[in-house]
Amino acid sequence: MTALDLLSVALTLGLTLALALPVAGLLTAALSDDPPPWARALRTFDQGLLRRLGIDPDEDMGWARYAGSLVVFNLLGALFVYGVQRLQGALPFNPAGLGPVDPFVAWNTAISFASNTNWQAYGGETTMSDLTQGLALTSQNFLSAASGLAVLGALGRGMRRSDGRRLGNYWADTLRLTLWVLLPLSGALALLLVAGGVVSTLAGPLAHTLLEDDAGTRTLARGAAAAQVAIKQLGTNGGGFFNVNSAHPLENPSPWTNLLQLISILLLPMAQCLSFGALLGDRRQGWALLGAMTALFLPVLALTLWAEAGLPPALAALGPDAVAIDAPMGNLEGKELRFGVAQSGLWAVATTAASNGSVNAMHDSFTALGGLGPMWLMQLGEVVFGGVGVGLSGAVLYAALAAFLAGLMVGRGPELYGKALLPRDMKLVVIALLLPSATVLMGTALSVLRPEATGALANPGPHGFSELLYAWSSAGNNNGSAFGGLTASGPFLAVGLGIAMAIGRWGVIIPTLALAGAFAQKRRQAPGPGTLDTHTPLFAGLVAATILLMGALTFLPALALGPAAEHLSTGPEVSHVR
Amino acid sequence: MLSTLWSTLRPALLLTIPLTALCGLIYPLSITVLSQLLLPDLANGSLLRVDGEVRGAALVGQPFDDPGHFWSRPSATATPYDPAASSGSNLGPSNPTLHTAVAARHAALRAAHPTASAPPAELLLASGSGLDPHLSPAAARYQRDRVAAARACSPTAVDALITAHTAPRALGIFGEARVNVLQLNLALATACPAPAVGGR
Repeated sequence: MTALDLLSVALTLGLTLALALPVAGLLTAALSDDPPPWARALRTFDQGLLRRLGIDPDEDMGWARYAGSLVVFNLLGALFVYGVQRLQGALPFNPAGLGPVDPFVAWNTAISFASNTNWQAYGGETTMSDLTQGLALTSQNFLSAASGLAVLGALGRGMRRSDGRRLGNYWADTLRLTLWVLLPLSGALALLLVAGGVVSTLAGPLAHTLLEDDAGTRTLARGAAAAQVAIKQLGTNGGGFFNVNSAHPLENPSPWTNLLQLISILLLPMAQCLSFGALLGDRRQGWALLGAMTALFLPVLALTLWAEAGLPPALAALGPDAVAIDAPMGNLEGKELRFGVAQSGLWAVATTAASNGSVNAMHDSFTALGGLGPMWLMQLGEVVFGGVGVGLSGAVLYAALAAFLAGLMVGRGPELYGKALLPRDMKLVVIALLLPSATVLMGTALSVLRPEATGALANPGPHGFSELLYAWSSAGNNNGSAFGGLTASGPFLAVGLGIAMAIGRWGVIIPTLALAGAFAQKRRQAPGPGTLDTHTPLFAGLVAATILLMGALTFLPALALGPAAEHLSTGPEVSHVR
Repeated sequence: MLSTLWSTLRPALLLTIPLTALCGLIYPLSITVLSQLLLPDLANGSLLRVDGEVRGAALVGQPFDDPGHFWSRPSATATPYDPAASSGSNLGPSNPTLHTAVAARHAALRAAHPTASAPPAELLLASGSGLDPHLSPAAARYQRDRVAAARACSPTAVDALITAHTAPRALGIFGEARVNVLQLNLALATACPAPAVGGR
């Protein structure tokens, strides 16, 4: 890892934060009770649109109605995605002539895209027609992301309001976020990506002779990728147009497109923290959460970059001086040369932190410790920056837990953001935090006992276990990245991981909205001398420590069986050349 | 109960239909139409034409095994460099299959480049897409003597070609400096024509 590499990492993160400031303003304008004048004009437009459709945009929903609307909307989306996949053979925009998708894979994909996971049990260019990619998958990239951001709005309102109003209107939130946040950002990004070489055509695959005589022919898969890639990154979706996602040279052709996509992965996740603070009416709260997340992000990033920059075991085994030291160095297996180790390692950490799940390198081929970091970030519940909207809710749940623990320590009734935390609130917090973890661990345990799952592994030994643990961590926390050697298209894993994605999404959103609903009804207490300030570095540290404690205690044993065992078994050869 | 369900299902249906059409049809189609109008070459996949015939995409790697060509990185697609089904090896760091493959590549590179020093890591390890079109300048220079000898061309001329085709890091900072193997080999055909080898 050269100084230039580290500079590229630091600059990427700095640029993202700088851009997150105006985007946070946009989010706040879309969700706030007190929007700026220009946003008010757009709202009048949305509300007119909804009224014309016969939907009442002024209905102030209680948590159950808000959650019910969200779940019904998402399930309808899932049903639609399933239907289009099964019928694509008979539908237009299918230049490659692809047949219907296997029913188990179609079910898995339907849940996957409706739940914002975008786990892919298929290879895009060999399975999905242009129509499916656009109408079914791209649309759910938007709508699942808008649903997640709506949860941010509802949570902010629940935490702030104490005047009898409830959580707001789900339909108005979803429409507004889609029209005025996600679509404009995606449109701009998509055109920039095309300018960087991302393919965007309906011309279909192209057969051609290779450059070297007698080398034969190939068929170049193409498609309208740019539009989907833009929202896949901005909406923390992550489902690739091509099988290898953003490692594909037509999906991510250069360091420039890579930078744009990396920024887009973290842009809304960072912005949502700042926006949450603004929605609470106290921007410092947002910065405190962002600080806690960054404190967890940076050490994992350092570990992954360090592990990937070293000589991987397969090269170390060749003996001393067997590899040139004046060429790009490190674990380049599964990585693209144009990105190099630094931008690949940063991507892996960012995409798993942000619940995005797109990849620009194959995580399965990361070193044992390099793969451990991304896996663990998912297992923390995608709260480090986290998926759009829902990642922030996870962080607020941890903040509630931290406030509760702090209250217990000093013997005071705990409170969060000026409102009392009651036993029922804590039950909701614990349900939402434990459901995904339980799903991940039980799913992994069940899988290692099933020949259908162990037969789907691509690697022997502890790494094979890591493939299963990674898959369940990814599904149960709605990430979508994979140790891609695992063949996840068989019925057992397709159905099982689909269930995990559903639990990881709606099993967290429903209790979160219930908590928001309960908070909306509480009276705000004036801060006293004994109040725990939730905007201080001390509290940010407490939140980070709580996340660390939960994440470490829950997953250390499983991680010891996978990446830790693999690291120890591959010996001490991990050496650093430069 | 039924009326509560309907009061949720009805707006869900009413909103799903126009939003799906907008985000799933109008948005991708307008991006595609716009990019076809503004940047048709890029939007169609940066196709590479030789004598008017399409011979691939400039951004998508191809296999080369002629000694008079620069060789691309190892590719893990089922047929090497198959742009119809991109794939990495997905072999874990401890997988013996990876260790065997790397040792075999190392031996083959050593045999093909007796005058060069140790091979660079990227020529021993397969790319993520199986379609990586690039080499680092060091990995291109590693192959220089072999290419020059096969083409009866001076190593200095080959070196100059590599330098001319090296793209720097973006802004000098992001990613890696790299050479596009396809374009380098095409330039080689013009600068160092060798009747015995291909590359038209």
